[in-house]
Amino acid sequence: MMSLPQASSVASRVDTLFYAMLGLSAIVVIGVFTVIVWFATKYRHGSKADRTRADSKSPGLEMTWTLLPFGLFIVIFAWSIALFADMSRAPENATSVYVVAKQWMWTVQHEGGQRELNTLHVPLHQPTRLVMTSQDVIHSFYVPAFRVKQDVLPGRFTQLWFEPTQTGTFDLFCAEFCGTDHSRMIGSVVVMVPADYSHWLNEHVGPGLSERGADLFRHLGCSGCHDPHSGIHAPLLEGLYGRTVPLQDGTWVRVDDRYIHDSILLPAKEVAAGYEPIMPTYSGRIGEEDVLALIAYLKVIGGASHEQH
Amino acid sequence: MSSIDAGISGLPAEKPTTAPEGTYLTEQPGVLSWLTTHDHKRIAILYAVAITAFFFTGGLAAALIRLELVTPAGDLMTAESYNKAFTFHGVVMVWFFLIPSIPTTLGNFLLPLMIGARDVAFPRLNLMSWYLYITGGIFTIVCLLAGGVDTGWTFYTPFSTMFSNSHVILTVVGVFIVGFSSILTGLNFIVTIHTMRTRGMTWFRLPLFVWSMYGVSLVMMLATPVLAMTLALIALERLLGLGIFDPALGGDPLLFQHFFWFYSHPAVYIMILPAMGVVSELITASVRRRIFGYDFMVYSIMGIAVIGFLVWGHHMFVSGQSMYASIVFSILSFIVAVPSAVKVFNWTATLYKGDISFGAPMLYALGFVGLFMLGGLTGLFLAATALDVNLTDTYFVVAHFHYIMVGGAVMAYLGGIHFWWPKVTGRMYSEGWARFAAIIMFFGFNLTFFPQYLLGYEGMPRRYHEYPPQFQVLNVLSSAGSTILALSYLLPLGYLGWSLRYGPRASANPWRAQGLEWTVPSPPPVHNFDETPVVTDGPYAYEAP
Amino acid sequence: MSLPAEQFDDATQQREAATLGMWSFIATEILFFGVLFAGYAFCRVEFPEAFKEGSRHTDLLLGTAETADLLISSCLIAVAVREVQLGGQRIATWLIGSTAALGLAFLVMHGFEYVSEYHEGLMPGIHYTQSGQGATAMQLFFCLYYFITGFHSLHVTVGVVILLVMARRTYRGDFDQDYHTPLEMSALYWHLVDLVWIFVFPLMYLIGRAG
Repeated sequence: MMSLPQASSVASRVDTLFYAMLGLSAIVVIGVFTVIVWFATKYRHGSKADRTRADSKSPGLEMTWTLLPFGLFIVIFAWSIALFADMSRAPENATSVYVVAKQWMWTVQHEGGQRELNTLHVPLHQPTRLVMTSQDVIHSFYVPAFRVKQDVLPGRFTQLWFEPTQTGTFDLFCAEFCGTDHSRMIGSVVVMVPADYSHWLNEHVGPGLSERGADLFRHLGCSGCHDPHSGIHAPLLEGLYGRTVPLQDGTWVRVDDRYIHDSILLPAKEVAAGYEPIMPTYSGRIGEEDVLALIAYLKVIGGASHEQH
Repeated sequence: MSSIDAGISGLPAEKPTTAPEGTYLTEQPGVLSWLTTHDHKRIAILYAVAITAFFFTGGLAAALIRLELVTPAGDLMTAESYNKAFTFHGVVMVWFFLIPSIPTTLGNFLLPLMIGARDVAFPRLNLMSWYLYITGGIFTIVCLLAGGVDTGWTFYTPFSTMFSNSHVILTVVGVFIVGFSSILTGLNFIVTIHTMRTRGMTWFRLPLFVWSMYGVSLVMMLATPVLAMTLALIALERLLGLGIFDPALGGDPLLFQHFFWFYSHPAVYIMILPAMGVVSELITASVRRRIFGYDFMVYSIMGIAVIGFLVWGHHMFVSGQSMYASIVFSILSFIVAVPSAVKVFNWTATLYKGDISFGAPMLYALGFVGLFMLGGLTGLFLAATALDVNLTDTYFVVAHFHYIMVGGAVMAYLGGIHFWWPKVTGRMYSEGWARFAAIIMFFGFNLTFFPQYLLGYEGMPRRYHEYPPQFQVLNVLSSAGSTILALSYLLPLGYLGWSLRYGPRASANPWRAQGLEWTVPSPPPVHNFDETPVVTDGPYAYEAP
Repeated sequence: MSLPAEQFDDATQQREAATLGMWSFIATEILFFGVLFAGYAFCRVEFPEAFKEGSRHTDLLLGTAETADLLISSCLIAVAVREVQLGGQRIATWLIGSTAALGLAFLVMHGFEYVSEYHEGLMPGIHYTQSGQGATAMQLFFCLYYFITGFHSLHVTVGVVILLVMARRTYRGDFDQDYHTPLEMSALYWHLVDLVWIFVFPLMYLIGRAG
């Protein structure tokens, strides 16, 4: 009946929950339907059934059919939450891949600098974590075969993880209406055995994400201020990633991907304590892919391990 | 087959009468008197005409959509036109058909009658509500003629505020205005029910339809202002480049979703509660028994109204909302299903030891119970976050809400129209045609929307103008069903319209039903009751000889 | 004493209906403004500095005068209702008229504020000349400021009209000790208008100015 492959580690668990609910629903539907048909036949106008002493209430019955469904719902809820928690938390050893959605295409960047358009190559039996943002409107990254979906927002990073369990090519759909060609924003996820995947990575290697970031750091003039020898009083960025720093308004913030992203595109929003709000904004001058590259570079000089937050 | 003999009560109907003198229809003739009326019954008719017109225009958009989806390629219209078509369908069906339908037509007509009053508390405000509805409707039609809007009825930002090139503001103003119509109607009903019940009509003697009007009015009054302000904020953001919802300026698109769904989830309870009220009336009259578990039915209505305000986040499980918020919204969404389940069981139990006839109203009521149950159960699938991740934004959701809104609310609305048709118009309709239409509606509906559950699970996203070929078979089935469904909606237009002129005249109580509305002539006089009624028993007192 | 409207059984029922109607209406108004205040709260948390800066550009003198104006007007209308309850008419008419006059004064003062804010270049979309780092976020403050105060002023205008009608009816002797429901309802509405302003004033005018 269902032709959709179970191509990820959570897919069969999702399907099991689905079929369990289907089974329960079928029991309820058949049960109620049977009772209705039975009563409708037995008590149809003109039949000789016994209609005396028809009660109009029964608190016991009411409580039963209130509490019994409620109890069942709690069970399903608990099961669903356990699965959902697993679906939401990527394993520690997941490899990060960066996705930027834009009207009406998906751009993908791997850490080794491999770039793809509307395709995503991933290895079999290894967890991959997608760090995603949008260049424009809200999109949604949806791979039915993996049973995963996550909205992709502008101005924010959202995450999605999966561990493929079958090789092959699987549909990637945009699942949040995003304008004229929403239905053409279709791609593929290609799952390869690790040997083939390494081969593919080597074939398509480009400047690594952080190398590109270093390049951009120079070309865009960031080092003109963020350098110990520059005449401008600007925060030094070495060793900064992952630390918690004070802001001008007295609050503290963790220097993570989101903070760096916003500092580049909305520098006046969270100014570091002790500095003037003089950094120009790069909004409109660079795209989200380049911001991701800069973040990767800052992680490297920040001395952080590849943590994602 | 004579429609009189096959009445839903199964008993021989009272003999037809000649036209009664001085009814609300005939007293004061002329279009102007209709457009300046204070009579709740005439206002109900005014609404009914407008709502029917909007239903069919929204339906036309649906027909275009289903026609396009017969083939995987986008060959009937451009992507832009398609996006405008489904937006128009959603906007019109939600705000100009479903939300007003039962409350402003059946509610306006029956509420004062059912509680023994002469009119609603604020008749002039009632008329103003209708004018607000029409004004809002005009904006929407103008928007359509000017080129339409393509954001989806949900207006997600930043697409609607920063990227769409269509008439967003025009649409949003139209909906803003019609929202006030909702709010004022709700206010009118609340005050009417509180202060104008006749002697002996205590709260727990009210018919369940009145309770459902009360519940829906509470929700309309408290949720709609939130929509109004949200729409105003969209318009301002679009006009002035504000930045509340635009991340490029530091705003948050998720804030919009919270504001929007805080209204729009209660809105779906606005659509279903009146339908549930109608179904209770149809079943009790067709079964000739008191409703089973009246008190629990009342608590369920109020429970749905209240808890319905707490579950909006279940539209946002994959939006980027925190996992913990999703967990809370998930459990609340399961809880809100409990009172609905209770109602289904109570309706079923009402059949026990009844005296059941299967006229058109009963067929619609049973259709409601079945289809609402299917739609409601699939709602549980969506409340389970782990499943929702896969199912949200697919055709599974489309099927779910159409089962409830069309299989549920529209069938109940039609059932109510048939049931009270004699009272409102003074004529009987053709029972044979009515039953036929109800039955093919049930089958047409299932053929249209059941395949969409399968499409959704297989992964077809919603709002897709063209789709991968593996989805075609189910789409063809769905479109085929929609032609049958469309036919079943056109039939009532035919035979009900025909009955206005040629149908046999109805007596005051052709169904031998209980309820104050059946104690006055068909159609009623302007002032409703010659003598103020006094109530001594609860509703549905069918065992009284 | 006037007869109850046709749909009501008696005057008591009419009074109950009118009162419940007005309170229900007030509940919806609270939800309207509630969304705006929620939006304000969200933006204030996101852009605290810009909001403080924006607040410092509002006219504190006029704002304080407007607050005093509305508080006094609420007092006057309350006394007016009391007068009518005790059987008075002339004094009540003057009081109601004065309340309306104060409402009008409020609108005039607010008009002056808007005009001077226009000249200072503080009207986003129309004439906004602020520059600097916080200018964009401050734009958000002013949009909310105009929306909330504009919406509030609309309510004040409606209130002034209602009060003038009530003054006329009181003068003509339409109300007495037993029946003065429309006046009571109008006073209730005016108190709502005042109450909303009590929230608007500190949020818009005072946040950047403490200390």
